[in-house]
Amino acid sequence: MKLRAQIGMVLNLDKCIGCHTCSVTCKNVWTTREGVEYAWFNNVETKPGIGYPRDWENQDRWNGGWVRLGNGKIKPKLGGKFRILSKIFANPDLPEIDDYYEPFTFEYERLQKSPEVNTPPTARIHSVLTGEMMGKPEWGPNWEELLGGEFSKRSEDYNFKDIEKEIYGDYEKTFMMYLPRLCEHCLNPACVASCPSGAIYKREEDGVVLIDQDKCRGWRMCVSGCPYKKIYFNWNSGKSEKCTFCYPRLESGDPTVCSETCVGRIRYLGVFLYDADKIEAAASVENDQDLYQAQLDAFLDPADPAVIDEAKRIAMPGSWIKAAQNSPVYKMAKEWKVAFPLHPEYRTLPMVWYIPPLSPVQSALEEGKLLSNGAVPKTDDLRIPVKYLANMLTAGKTEPVDFALRRMMTMREYMRELTVEGTKNHDLLAEVGLDEDTVDDMYRIMAIANYEDRFVIPTNHREYAGKTPFDNDIAFESRASCGFSFGNDCSGGEGRINLFSSPTHRNTMSGKVRRER
Amino acid sequence: MTSEFFSYFDLTAFFEYFNQFFFGIYPYICIMMLIGVSIIRYDREQYTWKAGSSQLLRAKGMRMGNNLFHIGIILLFFGHLIGLLLPEAIYHYFITAGQKQLMAMIAGGIFGITCFIGLSILLHRRLFDKRVRATSRFSDIAILVMLYIQVIIGLVTIPYSAQHMDGSSMVLLANWAQHIVTFRPGAADFIMDISVVFKLHLVLGLTTFLIFPFTRLVHVLSVPIKYLFRTGYQIVRRR
Repeated sequence: MKLRAQIGMVLNLDKCIGCHTCSVTCKNVWTTREGVEYAWFNNVETKPGIGYPRDWENQDRWNGGWVRLGNGKIKPKLGGKFRILSKIFANPDLPEIDDYYEPFTFEYERLQKSPEVNTPPTARIHSVLTGEMMGKPEWGPNWEELLGGEFSKRSEDYNFKDIEKEIYGDYEKTFMMYLPRLCEHCLNPACVASCPSGAIYKREEDGVVLIDQDKCRGWRMCVSGCPYKKIYFNWNSGKSEKCTFCYPRLESGDPTVCSETCVGRIRYLGVFLYDADKIEAAASVENDQDLYQAQLDAFLDPADPAVIDEAKRIAMPGSWIKAAQNSPVYKMAKEWKVAFPLHPEYRTLPMVWYIPPLSPVQSALEEGKLLSNGAVPKTDDLRIPVKYLANMLTAGKTEPVDFALRRMMTMREYMRELTVEGTKNHDLLAEVGLDEDTVDDMYRIMAIANYEDRFVIPTNHREYAGKTPFDNDIAFESRASCGFSFGNDCSGGEGRINLFSSPTHRNTMSGKVRRER
Repeated sequence: MTSEFFSYFDLTAFFEYFNQFFFGIYPYICIMMLIGVSIIRYDREQYTWKAGSSQLLRAKGMRMGNNLFHIGIILLFFGHLIGLLLPEAIYHYFITAGQKQLMAMIAGGIFGITCFIGLSILLHRRLFDKRVRATSRFSDIAILVMLYIQVIIGLVTIPYSAQHMDGSSMVLLANWAQHIVTFRPGAADFIMDISVVFKLHLVLGLTTFLIFPFTRLVHVLSVPIKYLFRTGYQIVRRR
């Protein structure tokens, strides 16, 4: 057993209201710099839709993630190491910025400085890249918001695989859900594997996947390697950037910015313990649909005495073991089986999991029967097809998703009966293998979702980082040092005059239009 | 009066001086800068050390242009390296100087044209694509123009070489290069009398070395060969 810990995330899509607060707060903190105006480390997509960048889920087009070979091994879908290097001059699998969108800003100044005119002044959009006036934008990070656009385009969504999708174009049959997306901080990251410079790495202590900005040489293979398209090429600095899981916050026990600011309280952060020796086998199972279970099997039970002994042996801080035992994400993923990985078929073993959303029982109502399955509706009656969710979360295997949805509906019905009628319907719980204590816990964590139940994050013990516990040198070294900078120690590396490579652009996210040259 | 002026301004001495400077001293300045500044940049400003790809902004022209350019220039580089630095004593076991020059002319011609086509596409893209132009640094454009001129001069040398197929001027150039890298005096004297086209090609080539560490060219030093020897795919680091 090679025990490791990772901070994982679960998003309860059942409660996501699609307000984009996570995206906006994330952007304000991380990507309001020149070169990454187009990048959203966190974005929220309306599904069905082809998403941002265009069609990102379709790996026949982008070749992200891993493929299993005939001999049972896996290799990046981009190709082996030689093949990846052969694409280094011109990468055929790299999205163009138009696949995301051409970043623009508004000419706000005109609103203030316009002379008196008959019609109100307007703030036209200007390209951040060229400074030129752009006309109307034709694509953006959230173009399909609330099912915007024609069904024929939206229905190119990869998750409609094996579904007779035409009927969902009808107004009566249409459905939608939100999918907030960020870096998955995978156990078997394809970006790390495809980085020729070796600049991307997974942190041993908390599993956060980061790009060493000094070591990155801008070969841009990671952008293609990541099947979630969550690595962005900074066209100004020439380096790739990605979601950092707000690691400076995690280290001090705070939730990520997207989680902290989520108004729907849908995000959970906690510790997963896993066996690193099982990763390769888990990512290489033959059938795509077994990947979800294989990943679950790689997670270790933090209450298991053998696991605790091993954790003590490798000197994992006690606070981490305790946090793992109280981890909301472990409970939702492994104990309650209501959370699932996003697209496990990419074989990256993602560590940001999703609870599928419930939806109205519209079709049953039309047929004149309110509920077709006693107190709890059948999942087939839900507006969002289970198969659609399964294509997204379990490589198309409907049973686990169906089971999770039934558990969630049962929890609701049980709690409704308890609060309205004062009865404890244990028969209802037994149908989905729940008991009173478990459902109480589920209700507390998933429905009430208090701050301290959502975020169980142990601080990163710097004092354990050295060879001996409380290695003061390491602790003092980081004291009063600059927290986050771009190269060259505390210098911002953003001076206008730089011997080697001065930035070509000033920050345009302030609303100031860069004039054409 | 005129004769007096020329006695002060001795044209031959003038050319000799410049020949000494550009082919005896300038090479060392350029190589020094290449090595020294690269080390400083790598140490102090690694955040600026990158390939500087603009493919994200415009993919058009990259596949054809960038592949042809890189394949051409890499083969040209190694061709020059071997051609200039391989001692006569070694290759004479296999071929004569004349045969070697013919090989160099053919290979250089083919890869030179490959590189020329690639560069034409890239330079056109760099100058006339609005996005790429607007996001270019001065050095990005300058280095591309320099390489373009250099490749053209390189191709122009071929007919000059054809005028003496015995390999004599090639031997002189090789002697020059070998004397430079082995710190022997008198290197510049070898090429005092060769055609000015070769001399231009040399000076521009040396200047490329000079500006190398100030431009995106530094990515050449980071060719990710190590990637091929990385055991497994994953990298785990402690904080």
